[in-house]
Amino acid sequence: MTRAVEIAGTGIHPFGRFEDKTVTELGVTAVRDALHDAGNPPFQAAFCGTAYAGVAAGHKVLGALGLTGVPIVDVEAGCASGGAALMLAAAAIRAGQYECALVFGIEKMPRGIIRSSFFEPWREEAGLAATPAYFALRAQRLMRESAVTKDQLAQVVVKNRAHGVDNPNAMFRGEVTAEQVLGSRVVCEPLHLWMLCSPNEGAAAVVLRAARASGAGARVTLEAAALRSHLPGSVLSEGTPLSGLADDDEIDPPTTLAARDAYDAAGIGPDDLDLVECQDTDAARELLSYEELGLCPKGDAGKWVAEGVTRIGGRLPVNTSGGLLSKGEPLGASALGQVVDLVTQLRGEAGARQVDGARVALAHTVGRGANASVVILQR
Amino acid sequence: MPQRPVQDGLFTDDHLIGSHCGACSRHHFPAAAICPYCGASEVTRVALSDTGTLWGWTAVTAPPPGYQGDVPFGFGVVELPEGIRVITRVEEADPRQLSFGMPVRFATAPLHTDEEGTTVVTYTFVPAGAA
Repeated sequence: MTRAVEIAGTGIHPFGRFEDKTVTELGVTAVRDALHDAGNPPFQAAFCGTAYAGVAAGHKVLGALGLTGVPIVDVEAGCASGGAALMLAAAAIRAGQYECALVFGIEKMPRGIIRSSFFEPWREEAGLAATPAYFALRAQRLMRESAVTKDQLAQVVVKNRAHGVDNPNAMFRGEVTAEQVLGSRVVCEPLHLWMLCSPNEGAAAVVLRAARASGAGARVTLEAAALRSHLPGSVLSEGTPLSGLADDDEIDPPTTLAARDAYDAAGIGPDDLDLVECQDTDAARELLSYEELGLCPKGDAGKWVAEGVTRIGGRLPVNTSGGLLSKGEPLGASALGQVVDLVTQLRGEAGARQVDGARVALAHTVGRGANASVVILQR
Repeated sequence: MPQRPVQDGLFTDDHLIGSHCGACSRHHFPAAAICPYCGASEVTRVALSDTGTLWGWTAVTAPPPGYQGDVPFGFGVVELPEGIRVITRVEEADPRQLSFGMPVRFATAPLHTDEEGTTVVTYTFVPAGAA
């Protein structure tokens, strides 16, 4: 008999650039706020998602708060690091190992195109570690196979930046027009600069605990926290191999694998969702996520954004936080930042961004590894 | 002028060096000692076809980390008759000049000159119609 898990508290340090703060300080803010929000419960374990913060990064944050002594596990899973940390904590609580666990993610990203120890030196020297070029190749394939247009890519940016205006934790809080997006310089055709998210800094934290039999108020439960890696064979997989098979149509991407696990665990399907936060590292990645998560049939993603289906007020709002395109992407904090924002929505506290009657929400990240995480929350 | 490949074992002057799995019959690039699809060890090195078709392309406009050559440069995916798609540099930096399914052929191209004056060379594919 497994136990249900609830989100007892959330905390966040805004995403942006903070020259005068260390990554530890960012984490301290998020962790303190989450613990305070949860009523400062004792916790028996902590999991910290990060890719760039170095050795024992989680220990430094909890050390600064006098909260060490419990097991502290740092988790690296690229863009899905926070989702991986959440999965481990939730599984331990479900299994009865802990009553309460702290999960947080912290990051201060290097500036510019993300340099990664993932690539061998020769691949960098040959120019084949050009991350935006891989995004561009995926975007081109989506445009070819799902009839997505460049204007629809721009519409993703317009939508997310409009959503981000009212998110105090976002880095970019100004609306943009499709003309401005298409007028920004081309980084890698078909992707323009404003179609790419900015690597940045931030922290987010959630307190998980075994769900109580009864409780007052708008309780948010963690219905699923799934993590999957890639299957071999797809040349454009987030695993970024140097080759793949010409016949890759039947190879499910890691996002689809994780989504299937999450829907199964939660006992729901995509039609049950009220809102979604998905990986929008670039504008095409958001549309690809619609298809890979099963939100829409293959070929409909571009139409969905053009028709406003995924705007606040539409049938299935996506990235009501403004997405990574507004928030920026601090890898380790990214997935948990989505969860923090969705909990705000499910509690009905999202203000101008509120999705009316939001009950079931999904958070998705995917990136290097490959790693894909899908989290489902319910009020 | 002395030359060296950016990495040993990736390519010769004429073709990419791949491998073929005797168990599942799939091809790989770069060559692998263990099949990355089925885990079998019955893997042999093979010369991959020097011609293929363009399956994906873009241009890199800013130098990526660790790259010391010129920008912009073409970047894409070439499909080879062995049934594999390979990530490669493409000798055309203007995406408008390229099209899906365009025939391409293997070549080598200089990346940059190192401290000892040796030209570092990588593999690339050239639109087959080009001189």
